[in-house]
Amino acid sequence: MTSLSLRASLREVSVPPQMEIVYAHPAALADVPMHYCPGCSHGAIHRMIAEVVDELAIRERTLCVAPVGCAVFAYKYFNFDSCEAAHGRAPAMATGLKRILPDRIIFTYQGDGDLASIGANEILHAALRGEPIGVIFVNNAVYGMTGGQMAPTTPVGMKTTSSPLGRDPLTQGRPIHLTEMLATISGVAYAVRRSMHSVAEMRKTKKAIRLAFQAQLQGLGLSLVEILAACPTNWRLTPVEALDFIRDRMASEYPVGDFKVDERLRNWSGEC
Amino acid sequence: MPQGAVLIRSDRCKGCGLCIQACPQQVLAFAETFNARGYRPVQLDERERSCTGCGVCAIVCPDVVFTVYRQPLRQPLRRAERR
Repeated sequence: MTSLSLRASLREVSVPPQMEIVYAHPAALADVPMHYCPGCSHGAIHRMIAEVVDELAIRERTLCVAPVGCAVFAYKYFNFDSCEAAHGRAPAMATGLKRILPDRIIFTYQGDGDLASIGANEILHAALRGEPIGVIFVNNAVYGMTGGQMAPTTPVGMKTTSSPLGRDPLTQGRPIHLTEMLATISGVAYAVRRSMHSVAEMRKTKKAIRLAFQAQLQGLGLSLVEILAACPTNWRLTPVEALDFIRDRMASEYPVGDFKVDERLRNWSGEC
Repeated sequence: MPQGAVLIRSDRCKGCGLCIQACPQQVLAFAETFNARGYRPVQLDERERSCTGCGVCAIVCPDVVFTVYRQPLRQPLRRAERR
C-alpha cells in the first residue's frame, strides 16, 4: 500500500456522529508542518503555548519574539504576530515592544544557548528592570541547531560534540541554574522549572505557561518558565530514551519546581 | 469504558513513537508503509483493545497529528429515576 492509498484509507475512518471532539488543532497554531526532528519537544511546547493563547482568548494581542536556534522559525508556526531578535537579544526587543505597546501580551521563546549564554546579560537586566514580559526558556542542554555542542546548561559529565570526554567542571565550568538565579530578583513575578518527560509533567508545563501569561495580564513583572526539553538527535538517543534521559540526568541537575510565585498570582483565578 | 476514536494525519507524522509509548490502551502502532516524508506513521490498531479517547496521544505528540473524539459520558441516573 502506498502512502497515498494509506492516507486515503485513513480519511475513510468514520467517526460516529454521537462522538464529540476532545482535542483538535489549536487555532493559534499555524496548520503547516514543522521542521523539528522526530521527538523534539519544541513542537509540543509550541502547541501548548497556542492552546493557552486560545484559552485566554488573547490571540489578537499576543506578540512572540523568536530566538536564534532551532526555534528560529517559531514565527512561522504561530497564528499571531511575531518578530525575530538577534541571538540572545529577545528580552531587549520584548522590552521595547512592551513599552511601545503596553496592552499587548509579549513573550520571548528562547533556548538555553540563546538565553543562558549569549543572552544572559539581556535576561538579567530585563529581570532587574522588572519588565512585564513572559519568557519561555527551553532547556535541552546543548546547542541543537549547530550540531549539539556543549552549552552553559550541559550537566557535568555529559558528552557532546565539543566535550567528547564528558563535561569536566575543572576546565569547562559548571552548569548554570538561571531560573534559581533570576528568582532572587524582586522584579521577577514568576520563576518555575517544568519538564517534558511524562504526560503529567507536560500538563504541569501547560499550567505554568498559563500562569506566566496571567502574571503578564496582571502586570506583575517578568515571568519565566524553564522547560527541560528533549533533543534526541544531538543526545544520540531515540525519542523514548531521551525522555528517560531528562528524568534521570537532567532532572537531578535541574530540579523541577516553583522558585518564585508572586502572592497576587497564587490567589488569582480571574478573567483576563 | 468510554468509546473513543482518533484521526491521524499520517502525512505530518515523523514516527517518533512517543504516542505509542504513552498510550494507556496500547492501541497505536507503526504502519507497515512509509509516508511521503519517509517516516513510518502511527496508526490505530484496535484488534485487541479499543481507543477510549483519553487524548494522551495528542498531549505528547510534537507534530499535532491527532484529532481525538470521545463518546459523551452517560449521565448517572438520579435517585428518583432509578426507582
